[in-house]
Amino acid sequence: MASRRDFLRHAGFLTGTAVAATTGVKKAAAAHGPHIDDDRMGVLCDFTLCIGCRSCEYACSEAHDLPHGDFTDYSAEDAVLESYRRPTPDDLTVINRFSPAKGHDEPFHAKYNCLHCDHPVCVSACIVGALEKNARGPVTYDAWKCIGCRYCIQACPFQIPTYEYDDALTPKVVKCDLCQDRTLEGGIPACVDICPQETMVFGRRSDLIKLAHERITVHPERYVDHVYGEHEVGGTSWLYLADRSFQDLTLPEVPDESPAVTTERIQHGIFRGFSGPLMVFALVSVIMKSAGRNPEETQEDDHE
Amino acid sequence: MSEHRVPFFTTGVKVLCVLALAGIAGLVARFVFGLGAVTNLDDQYGWGLWIGIDVACGVALAAGGFTTAFIAHVMHRDHFHSVVRPALLTAMLGYTFVAFAVFVDLGRYYNIWHVMLPEMWQGNSALFEVGICVMSYLTVLYIEFLPIVTERFMGRVNLPGFWARLNGGIEAVLRFLDRTLNRVMTFFIIAGVVLSCAHQSSLGTLMVIAPTKLHPLWHTTILPLQFLLSAFAVGLAMAIFESILASRSLKHPLEMKVLSPLGRMIPFLLTVYLGTKFIDMVTRGSYVHLLEGSLQSYSWMAEVLLGILIPGAIFMAHRLRRKPAWLFAGSALVVLGVVLNRVNVFIIGYKPVYGDGPYVPAWPEVVITIGMIAMIVLLYRLFVFIFPNITAEGAPHHA
Repeated sequence: MASRRDFLRHAGFLTGTAVAATTGVKKAAAAHGPHIDDDRMGVLCDFTLCIGCRSCEYACSEAHDLPHGDFTDYSAEDAVLESYRRPTPDDLTVINRFSPAKGHDEPFHAKYNCLHCDHPVCVSACIVGALEKNARGPVTYDAWKCIGCRYCIQACPFQIPTYEYDDALTPKVVKCDLCQDRTLEGGIPACVDICPQETMVFGRRSDLIKLAHERITVHPERYVDHVYGEHEVGGTSWLYLADRSFQDLTLPEVPDESPAVTTERIQHGIFRGFSGPLMVFALVSVIMKSAGRNPEETQEDDHE
Repeated sequence: MSEHRVPFFTTGVKVLCVLALAGIAGLVARFVFGLGAVTNLDDQYGWGLWIGIDVACGVALAAGGFTTAFIAHVMHRDHFHSVVRPALLTAMLGYTFVAFAVFVDLGRYYNIWHVMLPEMWQGNSALFEVGICVMSYLTVLYIEFLPIVTERFMGRVNLPGFWARLNGGIEAVLRFLDRTLNRVMTFFIIAGVVLSCAHQSSLGTLMVIAPTKLHPLWHTTILPLQFLLSAFAVGLAMAIFESILASRSLKHPLEMKVLSPLGRMIPFLLTVYLGTKFIDMVTRGSYVHLLEGSLQSYSWMAEVLLGILIPGAIFMAHRLRRKPAWLFAGSALVVLGVVLNRVNVFIIGYKPVYGDGPYVPAWPEVVITIGMIAMIVLLYRLFVFIFPNITAEGAPHHA
């Protein structure tokens, strides 16, 4: 976008930095969010099918070289599900247990991980572009670029990014990366792959939205008529189906427009072509030229 | 220069030294053991005391640098010159510590220079705007300070012994700087005003990105405007506040002829600021949250009552404005009000999605913050002792 390029160019002029390299400018489009493919991928996660076996947690940790016990321990350690958990740097996805649906005995489960927004607030917030939206779907993180400001944690409406606070030297922001190593090569995410219940379907996001609504139409008694992630903050790659309000599953109520739209509008409104600062500069210069000296003003206060 | 010599070390200064040393110990712990060991930050509360106080308040309270420069140099209100240099020193030290506090808070502090790499520039990020402007403005502040150095040492360079051979060279450099700076200073003064307006406001944009997490009493799209307007007011208040403090400490006479008129400008700025707060509140209907009896609602009321209404009334009263005690109280309240506002926006008003209770800083965070404030005060004193020409008392007469 021209506005962005202009801003960079003038910012460069101001800081006296060479501006030849405006690479990476293409990667983000102002106000409209990052570039995304129409056939970008997504995951439909039907919470009503989940049995809370935590196989996905195991597969995830294994796929990301994170500490994990034996596979059998995960389904055996039922006690873990008794307390509410959030993702941590060692668990990019977690399952939480909720009370059974009306007329059912089995408890209800929900899965938590990065939703991979279409217009991600974290990507918009990131000061150095360490977080990026891949056109194919994943929101990826480059630890090498990251300065560790944690603005992504402050900004994320789903409170997803976690941080390695205990690492004194090379702490990372850690979150689900939609198994980008697999999915960008044509594979499917580890959690989707291992799930014995087929709770999750991996595919083209547009297809998954159709599928989700079909399920709701066919089984209206089974679902609330809401595909969480279809419109939330401008749409997310992960889509959830449930039998109850998503707020009851601790998923936040968020606006349909990405908050990044507002802040990008402010940033680009003020700094479009660096017009704002240049106007202030011109204004101050004019005042400086025209303002007369008024040495008497000091006395005024005393004479009042 | 000063006729009466005040000793550098007083009881207060010694206390400050102890606090600064404790802060340094805390900093060592932070870099050795990591953020997790010394802070209460977690995946809910990513920013705490250091961003809320050291950075957000630091930037706001250093606004005296550009506000006084605007009045004295841009508006040509020459008699305000005597507060420009102390305010410039505060701004220079303040921003230096803002940058340092950011460095301390960053998990990968050694990557801080990434913000300067064009290929990593991220124009969508308000934080990027803050970062690049603070870096630029810090450079401008150092340049604005140079004339104080040349004025102080030109013709007086007299290094002893071995170093004496450098005297001629240093003298030449100072003379060159003095000549050059005279010609370009106008540009830097205006650039300082522009850069300040840009990042003071962008600091307010930071939390606009979290509409569901920042309490509705503060979350508004005009938060950047409110940050800018409050920075104008607190810049002047800080100039008064520190001038009175410094005069007392250095046993200089109070400059009431400058401070009272400066105080007279504050109610106007506070009114405009308060106006945006009320109009915004009515427009968004956020007043319903005033009576919810929460910490946030009380904190909002304290911010407006103590930080805007009471000091506004003090500065409007002609009689009070001429009394140093009231002038000091009024300016201190404006400072308190803006500090409370920044703390409200970044800490008290911030409610993360799964936050279980308010973030309370860990004691090492507090020790480090207090230590850094002590260092600023100590450096201020040190600079005034090295450069007596900063204060009106020690300055040669301005043309």
